[in-house]
Amino acid sequence: MRRAAILFLIPALLPIFLFFFIPALAAFVLSFTDFDIYSLGDFRNARFVGVKNYLQLFEDPLFWKAMGNTFYFVLVGGPLSVAVSLSMALLVNSKLTRFKGLFRPVYFAPVVTTLVAVAVVWRYLYHPRFGLLNYGLSFLGIDPVDWLGDPVWAMPAIILLSVWKGFGYNMIIFIAGLQSIPEELYEAARIDGANAWQQFKGVTLPMLVPTALFVGIITMINNFQLFAEPYVMTQGGPVNSTLSIVLLMYQQGFRWWNLGYSAAIAFVLFAIILAGSLIQAGLQKRTGLSSRT
Amino acid sequence: MRSLHAEIVRTLLVPVFFIAFVAAGCGSDRSGAVTVTFWAMGNEGEHVQRLVPGFEERHPGIKVKVQQIPWTAAHEKLLTAFAGNSLPDACQLGNTWVPEFTLLDALENLDRWTDESAVVDPDDYFSGIWETNVIGRSVYGIPWYVDTRLLYYRSDLLAEAGYTAPPRTWEEWHDVSVKLRERSGGEERYAMFLPTNEWVPFVVAGLQGGSTLLRDEGRYGDFSGSEFSSSFKFLMSFYREKLAPVGITRVTSIYQGMAEGYFAMYITGPWNIGEFSRRFPKELQDSWMTAPMPGPDTTYPGISLAGGSSLVLFQHSERKAETWKFIEYLSEPQQQLAFYTITGNLPARLEAWKDTVLAKNRYVRAFYEQLNRVVPTPKIPEWEQITMKIQQYAEAASRETMSVEEALAALDRDVDRILEKRRWMMERADRD
Repeated sequence: MRRAAILFLIPALLPIFLFFFIPALAAFVLSFTDFDIYSLGDFRNARFVGVKNYLQLFEDPLFWKAMGNTFYFVLVGGPLSVAVSLSMALLVNSKLTRFKGLFRPVYFAPVVTTLVAVAVVWRYLYHPRFGLLNYGLSFLGIDPVDWLGDPVWAMPAIILLSVWKGFGYNMIIFIAGLQSIPEELYEAARIDGANAWQQFKGVTLPMLVPTALFVGIITMINNFQLFAEPYVMTQGGPVNSTLSIVLLMYQQGFRWWNLGYSAAIAFVLFAIILAGSLIQAGLQKRTGLSSRT
Repeated sequence: MRSLHAEIVRTLLVPVFFIAFVAAGCGSDRSGAVTVTFWAMGNEGEHVQRLVPGFEERHPGIKVKVQQIPWTAAHEKLLTAFAGNSLPDACQLGNTWVPEFTLLDALENLDRWTDESAVVDPDDYFSGIWETNVIGRSVYGIPWYVDTRLLYYRSDLLAEAGYTAPPRTWEEWHDVSVKLRERSGGEERYAMFLPTNEWVPFVVAGLQGGSTLLRDEGRYGDFSGSEFSSSFKFLMSFYREKLAPVGITRVTSIYQGMAEGYFAMYITGPWNIGEFSRRFPKELQDSWMTAPMPGPDTTYPGISLAGGSSLVLFQHSERKAETWKFIEYLSEPQQQLAFYTITGNLPARLEAWKDTVLAKNRYVRAFYEQLNRVVPTPKIPEWEQITMKIQQYAEAASRETMSVEEALAALDRDVDRILEKRRWMMERADRD
């Protein structure tokens, strides 16, 4: 029996082993070497350097800059994205909403679009002189903002694009969460005389906690891996204000070909995401208990 | 049941046939012609296609496939292709990248090819530019178009400040800048735009001051050495005396900034001839000019950088003879002129410069003078990384978050760290 089970598992496990564990292990080993452009030509030019890459990384101001930018993106963009997708889910799921079948795909559409194509359109929206966004702001008497060229505004611009691009996915999950809330709970609340806001606070929110935490973790993991938006829109500029950890890793690895250093960045990011996920999972346990009491 | 079976077989086989077909299409096509693949970057990649039909007409047995690569991704793409063994036959390569790819042993030594060539004549190139392609004693790239940096200036504003001719020495350069600033009255106006996200002026000034930038055969940085630091201080005086704006965000468009007279001088390259002609208002078209770099002493013009792109042949290519023919074709003076007309890229061949098209353009004259006094940047693969550090510390020094001495000492420290691997390899080579 056992042998048969293993036999059946091999086709699934082998690719995971070959294409996931081995590369990850190789990258981990790589992070302790100084594999670089010289080594690319000749393997003998690589050396084991112990934890030097990691030490150097923690001394690199660019790494801390990228770290700061990434946390900015995660801490501002993440909650914003969850809030927007929750509000949209509530709106779309509301009994008062007509044409639900229309709104759901419309809001989901940005998720399935290609980022590169969308980024081109958004670059026009953000254009300091001809952009639609500045045109709209001019009616409010706000001076034109150089969205992608100003170190202060570049990250908010990236966050806005990414929230717009991603909220549809979370919205669908929230809708599923909302629909799984038993109608009787609302009926009971109404009998007790709860108004709409009290129903939302007393029924919807607590019942959505598991969904929200799931969405939170997924969004956080995705947001820590911010890459494509700044890569396409700003290349990390202006003055490194949109340089993310993954973009730094990409630049070190593929522009300068410092693969050892780049692998070290990857594992630091891995550790951060792991820690973030554990904290959120711990949070889930605690709130899970508190909502039951 | 059988039809389903057939369906599955067909769906599986179609991609296989497709792949086989595409694979067969590479290298030689059905007519037996040899296909040469050529990678070119950005604007050049877009326009070089127009020269291809002429070549294919002359060589019916050879087809050329041009692949366009954006400049921003070019370096990554080439290195990745090298690692993945999927380089083309030939490529346009920024001449500062030639040392790196030579070190990887990716480039064909072109000595033999140029010796036998009736077209490529090393004496018909700017010697400073040719030199950038020589590693050790051999040549690894043929200059395609040339590039250097020099002074663009508002001739009307300089005339108002008492300079009917552009500054020729650092002293005049500084003097005209002070006069330009005084002319502005209380308004916020500057003489120069010297953005710290462009490393070239800082390196050019250092080279002009006699610095070699690196010392001990490129083992250590030499930026805190007296030659570089005095040149660096000279450029920093432009920020300190409010002759140049600090920070790059003050100027959103250099064309608009210069047209408004926000600044009157800017160091940049040949591509801006076209941009200035297009973007400057009509009434100001006679009010801008180009001039070679001023120098620290009376030798004029001062040194500038030998830039541009070269044509390289990759060692692994199986179609070297055909590929070389294409490189030769692009190196012909007539093709160089045609390419200049399409793109505005300055030709590498001296022969081409004799043509009236170039002689008529008054803005390119300064480039011709400057190109006769150009030197290469250090020929080490780490150079690109070093330039990023130069920018970083130039910015810090310009904002006075660091003193000049602190900034240059920190720059040397960072550069020495970048060069650590190189030192280790050189030591090992000495031991063996």
